[in-house]
Amino acid sequence: MAEGRFQVRRRAGVRLWLSAAWLIVLVIVALFAPYLAPKDPLEQDLFAGRLPPFWMQGADAAFLLGTDSLGRDVLSRIIFGTRIALTVAVISASLTCLVGAALGLLAGFYRGWVDVVVSRFIDIWMAFPPVLFSILLIAVIGPGLFSIILAIVVIDWTRFARVIRAEAMTQSAMDYVASARVAGRGRFGILLREILPNVLPIIVVLLTLEMGIAVIVEAILSFVNLSISTDDPTWGGMISEGRTSIHQAWWVLVFPLITLFLTVLSFSQLGEGLKNRFDPVLR
Amino acid sequence: MALLQTLILRVITTAVTLLGVAVIVFFVIRVVPGNPIAMMLPPGATAEDIANLTAIYGLDKSIPQQFFIWGTGVLGGDFGTSITLKQPVLELVLGRLPATLELSVLALVMAIVIGGAAALTGTRLRETRVEGGIDVAQGMALSVPDFLWGLVLILVFGVLVPVFQISGRVTPSLQLPFVSDFYLVESLLRLRFDLSLDLLSHMLLPALALAIPLAAIIGQLLKQSLKETMHLDYVTLARTQGYSEAKVIWSQALPNAILPTLTLVGVQFTFLIGGTVIIERLFSYEGLGNMAIDAVINRDLPLIQGIVILFAVIFTGVNLLVDLTYAALNPRLRHG
Repeated sequence: MAEGRFQVRRRAGVRLWLSAAWLIVLVIVALFAPYLAPKDPLEQDLFAGRLPPFWMQGADAAFLLGTDSLGRDVLSRIIFGTRIALTVAVISASLTCLVGAALGLLAGFYRGWVDVVVSRFIDIWMAFPPVLFSILLIAVIGPGLFSIILAIVVIDWTRFARVIRAEAMTQSAMDYVASARVAGRGRFGILLREILPNVLPIIVVLLTLEMGIAVIVEAILSFVNLSISTDDPTWGGMISEGRTSIHQAWWVLVFPLITLFLTVLSFSQLGEGLKNRFDPVLR
Repeated sequence: MALLQTLILRVITTAVTLLGVAVIVFFVIRVVPGNPIAMMLPPGATAEDIANLTAIYGLDKSIPQQFFIWGTGVLGGDFGTSITLKQPVLELVLGRLPATLELSVLALVMAIVIGGAAALTGTRLRETRVEGGIDVAQGMALSVPDFLWGLVLILVFGVLVPVFQISGRVTPSLQLPFVSDFYLVESLLRLRFDLSLDLLSHMLLPALALAIPLAAIIGQLLKQSLKETMHLDYVTLARTQGYSEAKVIWSQALPNAILPTLTLVGVQFTFLIGGTVIIERLFSYEGLGNMAIDAVINRDLPLIQGIVILFAVIFTGVNLLVDLTYAALNPRLRHG
């Protein structure tokens, strides 16, 4: 039994490290995109449209993973798309975390009318289909990187607020909070010095998971042609184009899809792995 | 008495939530740049034409006034007229709802069957390689959302091994004898199994994409509850009475382990319905979600409002039902 648990933990460890490795590779690719990409991601060559990847008949070795219908290099577009994906993931997830965690902490710790207001808003937000909500918001504020980040924050803060609120309520009822109060600490001091450090592990886990979600939201918005712009290389935009030409040029869909899949999987596995590390029951 | 109190309180909060949704969507979409009326008219329309048509749709009034007019209409069952399709919103929305409901329910059934089978197999073969394999597969299924599963399924079963349809609800050349919009249900009732097969061939991949993450959630939770139950005395008793392990799991452990999973399924079902929006788009399935995205792109304000409200009614309705069922089944709440 003990041995079995050890095996489970080691397998989870391998997955954790693989996910971290993939994400580190992505960061390096994003940072050095101009040096790594063999071509200009925006350069069109209508005579080289829909060239297959290098191992297939009729391929051009200069375009390793083939070209799309406008003759743009698929590999270079994936490489530059990494920049947009990671920017959206890091910035929007951090802002979402900040807003959601703050509201969750306030509602769960102070209770009273703050809790009533926050909880009511969470209820309303939960009654919206999130994908439709994000499309609606982008339609209102217009496409662009900033809009996507804003839309993710506006929609997803409830993910943090719900969990952190419940956790803050549990922590507030614990003995150490009562003793801190007896010791004469102020309410806000207790919230910052006692409660926050204890919910921090959950915040880190949710933050990691949210990065994966943000990458997906960007892809979905690109897919309905509401993301950055159709020229800019985004994975979602490439997938959207690949979906329409799937029978003529499957590679336009497959390569960005694999990249997106691995990235989302890595964020999620990393989040789950961290959760298990932090969970005292499993430790 | 307590049950009645819970019921009244929940109905009131649900009403507040719905009002909140209505207010937010109504005001948000009126900040949209781009005049929907100008988009309807042919190029060369005069400013006067635009003003006339704007007045017909009531868009010349102040936003609170518009909300009041629309709100009174909604309470009387009138959701206004679609700007692009020029038909009553309620009629359009109710015409598309059956397609989305059939897809969602099919996905839910698939999720329960797959997740249930995985949990039962995992419990029967616990602490073997099979259980480990199921755990890893479920971890992956959970990590990746329905949108990506949809794309993977399109590639594998639509292009690589083209066995299923990847676009639309039904083959357009078929003659449809249907009087309702519940095509699948009606084809089964009319015993037109050729049509049912065609419909299912279109629905299978989108439904599976929606079902995969939910199946993993069901599988994990149900297996956990089953494993806890397997240690209880009455299960051991059944085993000593000579029942086979499979029989013990099925008839002794399962009925006692299923309640937490059922509650979860209810809540998760609303997430699944929310997922239909993008999945219908991906598979060009003519349901409510696909219509919603078109409405947003075309700035069809009355139609957007109608669809969002309908989704909100479905979401809150399912949650209300789950809560009430739970309250009714939980003796502590019933007598408390």
